[in-house]
Amino acid sequence: MNAPATITGKERYKAGVIEYAKMGYWEPDYVPKDTDLIAMFRITPQEGVDPVEAAAAVAGESSTATWTVVWTDRLTACEKYRAKAYRVDRVPNSPDQVFAYIAYDLDLFEGGSIANMTASIIGNVFGFKAVKALRLEDMRIPVAYIKTFQGPATGIVVERERLDKFGRPLLGATTKPKLGLSGRNYGRVVYEALKGGLDFVKDDENINSQPFMHWRDRFLYVMEAVNKAQAATGEVKGHYLNVTAGTMEEMYERAEFARDLGSCIVMIDLVIGYTAIQSMAKWARRNDMILHLHRAGNSTYSRQKNHGMNFRVICKWMRMAGVDHLHAGTVVGKLEGDPLMIAGFYDTLREGRTEKSLEHGLFFDQDWASLKKVMPVASGGIHAGQMHQLIHYLGEDVVLQFGGGTIGHPQGIQAGATANRVALEAMIQARNEGRDYLAEGPDILAAAARWCGPLRAALETWKDITFDYASTDTADFIPTATLS
Amino acid sequence: MSDDERIDLQREFAESGLGEGLAQLDRDLIGLAPVKQRIREIAALLLVDRVRTRLGLATEPPTLHMSFTGNPGTGKTTVAQLMAGILHKLGYVRKGHLVAVTRDDLVGQYIGHTAPKTKDILKKAMGGVLFIDEAYYLHRPENERDYGQEAIEILLQVMENQREDLVVILAGYADRMDTFFGSNPGFRSRIAHHIDFPDYADTELLAIAETMLARQNYHLSASAKATLADYIGLRRVQPHFANARSIRNALDRARLRQAVRLVQRSEGAIPPDPLSTIEAEDISASRVFLAAQES
Amino acid sequence: MRITQGTFSFLPDLTDEQITAQVQYCLDRGWAVNIEYTDDPHPRNTYWELWGLPMFDAPDAAAVMFELAACRKVHAGSRYIRLSAFDASEGWESLRLSFIADRPAEEPGFALERQERGGRQIAYTTRAYSAALPEGDRYGG
Repeated sequence: MNAPATITGKERYKAGVIEYAKMGYWEPDYVPKDTDLIAMFRITPQEGVDPVEAAAAVAGESSTATWTVVWTDRLTACEKYRAKAYRVDRVPNSPDQVFAYIAYDLDLFEGGSIANMTASIIGNVFGFKAVKALRLEDMRIPVAYIKTFQGPATGIVVERERLDKFGRPLLGATTKPKLGLSGRNYGRVVYEALKGGLDFVKDDENINSQPFMHWRDRFLYVMEAVNKAQAATGEVKGHYLNVTAGTMEEMYERAEFARDLGSCIVMIDLVIGYTAIQSMAKWARRNDMILHLHRAGNSTYSRQKNHGMNFRVICKWMRMAGVDHLHAGTVVGKLEGDPLMIAGFYDTLREGRTEKSLEHGLFFDQDWASLKKVMPVASGGIHAGQMHQLIHYLGEDVVLQFGGGTIGHPQGIQAGATANRVALEAMIQARNEGRDYLAEGPDILAAAARWCGPLRAALETWKDITFDYASTDTADFIPTATLS
Repeated sequence: MSDDERIDLQREFAESGLGEGLAQLDRDLIGLAPVKQRIREIAALLLVDRVRTRLGLATEPPTLHMSFTGNPGTGKTTVAQLMAGILHKLGYVRKGHLVAVTRDDLVGQYIGHTAPKTKDILKKAMGGVLFIDEAYYLHRPENERDYGQEAIEILLQVMENQREDLVVILAGYADRMDTFFGSNPGFRSRIAHHIDFPDYADTELLAIAETMLARQNYHLSASAKATLADYIGLRRVQPHFANARSIRNALDRARLRQAVRLVQRSEGAIPPDPLSTIEAEDISASRVFLAAQES
Repeated sequence: MRITQGTFSFLPDLTDEQITAQVQYCLDRGWAVNIEYTDDPHPRNTYWELWGLPMFDAPDAAAVMFELAACRKVHAGSRYIRLSAFDASEGWESLRLSFIADRPAEEPGFALERQERGGRQIAYTTRAYSAALPEGDRYGG
């Protein structure tokens, strides 16, 4: 790759246009400081545009540059504020793309503000003509910046302590049908599912307050159902009450009502925006609530491999913003997800420190500076018959949501919930005993089904259901490995 | 099973990994021929027993508790450790670790102190071997405020009811162990194997001394070796002789005298070899020779 | 009714063999196993009575089963007994597994008490039927 040299001295500030790579935005000898933010972009330059120049342009346009030289730069310590593209690598198997690493000084950002960080890094460059397609693949957030964020209000450990549930995944379900139930009927679904054995039930992302059900009625009936189920089982139960609304004031009103009614958890959608999410995370901590985030809308920009933003960046931002639950993929269900990429998302949410692992799509070591851990949520087209695969791919610290798999059970919702819970506990027991539960999964389920009628019926109903399509977003660094 | 089935004991032996355990026994311990013989016998018995259990011929788990009798420094603790390894290889103990205690670890100083103390030790030893040295001190009938009896009772219970969880080895002087078993017959009936550890012969002690020195990169000069042989003969009949332990103490003192000699008397620069050589005078300065002359 | 607290309560009561396997799983990971008992089964009752101390140095499950047997001698039939495993490593410092090993012979369960507040709101509380009696007398002493 060519290495154009930065122009320095008087020449640099003469009026006119200079290539970005010569303006100081391409610095191949630059060693990023521990306090720098680093962003890694997948760039598809326009034909005829040199990849280094494209990388420098992205660095420039996401920091101080403009398309022509300006004398006012000299009123600033401008070298500090320029982002520096310091490394460009070819993407394996994609000759028209490069990975560009760009470092940003800590002072470019306001502490504790996802809105500011994102406006800075992705606010300007994505429409830039010199770049045919652009995707933000990963970021390294320095400890110095992480420490300015609250992070998850509750976190996995405290959530488990509040629920008094250890050593197994949590179980949830989204009420079905997605839309149309009235408050009282909605509560019935919640009661049946919780009584049957689930830990949580969930509002869907677009259940807010519609003509068919006003939010207050939903909250009142749901909490009746939650408390009844708690008394019936002796376990702590919850329902993610969706407080998403048109304004922050409305959201606070809904969240406070949920708290006053005694809910242990509330839910918001990604589409409320980063600032609203941060506000809700602060509110959740002040009010001892678990905060669940539905990633509504993210696939509009995270699904295509060449343009947009990789979901792992959302995972990082949401952990900093402070959510406690985040939908992050199922591997074996109906929604998009390659197993290696999903493992990368889960590690980003759950680990105290992740190490660079190209095969999982993690391009940097990331230290989370003791920010609490986010519980990933696996939701979408999964059923009890896949329990061994779910535990194998996703581990034990996850919420498994079986919406259709609970409510569509032939013997009713309670039976559906019981089937899932029995399958889960039997699988965890077998795993702890040292059995090869991934290979013996179907036998373990069949053995439990012998004494558990609901599980037997569930396995019969769904035994042939799988969702196998080629993944659109896969690893660059090893052959793709989607399930068979 | 039918008479036509064939059991290859040699292969059982090879597969169990016992060979390595017994070879290590031979390698690490000097002398102790009768002890090694007893251990081979016990290992053979357990191996056959294991096969018989597998074939359904034996249904009771074997009793594995043992007593080791002999003077101090005759290798009892070392052999207990090796025995734990052998039992582990044969699958009779799950983890194969050794917990070595004396009476004070098991018995408390006031009412209610003993039971938790004893139980704690037992719990730490489960899955492995509990070695109780000078076990007879548990029983002190002359002292009415003695709580050893409680420990004895708990031990007897566990030795009987949790044979798959723990193996107990009691150790000490032969005559005192005999008296102890006389007053506490419950122990004698629970112990399957008695091994007596004879005192080392003079030549064996000399070989042990050379091994100990070699491990620390020392060697004896020819005259030092002869002097040490004399020393051993004299030391053995003097009071508080503890076999290998007494040898180790003597060697420590010899090394001290060697160091003093070198520091005080070497002139100019010396080659490294004298730093590793024990000379006769480093040994002959011992009071053992003086005491022998006087008596 | 059957309280479904703990990791394995939807399965048939664990046999001693199954309990031993779970305990060994915990010990193999360096977690300290702990025995607790209670006669107050409310879901928010966090602190059950400790039987001894968490067993920090037990290498083998037999040690834990030994203590469980001792606890059962005193409390089986009149208390809930649970085993839990504590992980002291960085990032956790909390329980990693918790399950019920013994239950009282009869479990009367809970009542849901409702207290009407303003509007359509109700304040709920879960009350264990057994908690009507003093501690120690709740499940046939």
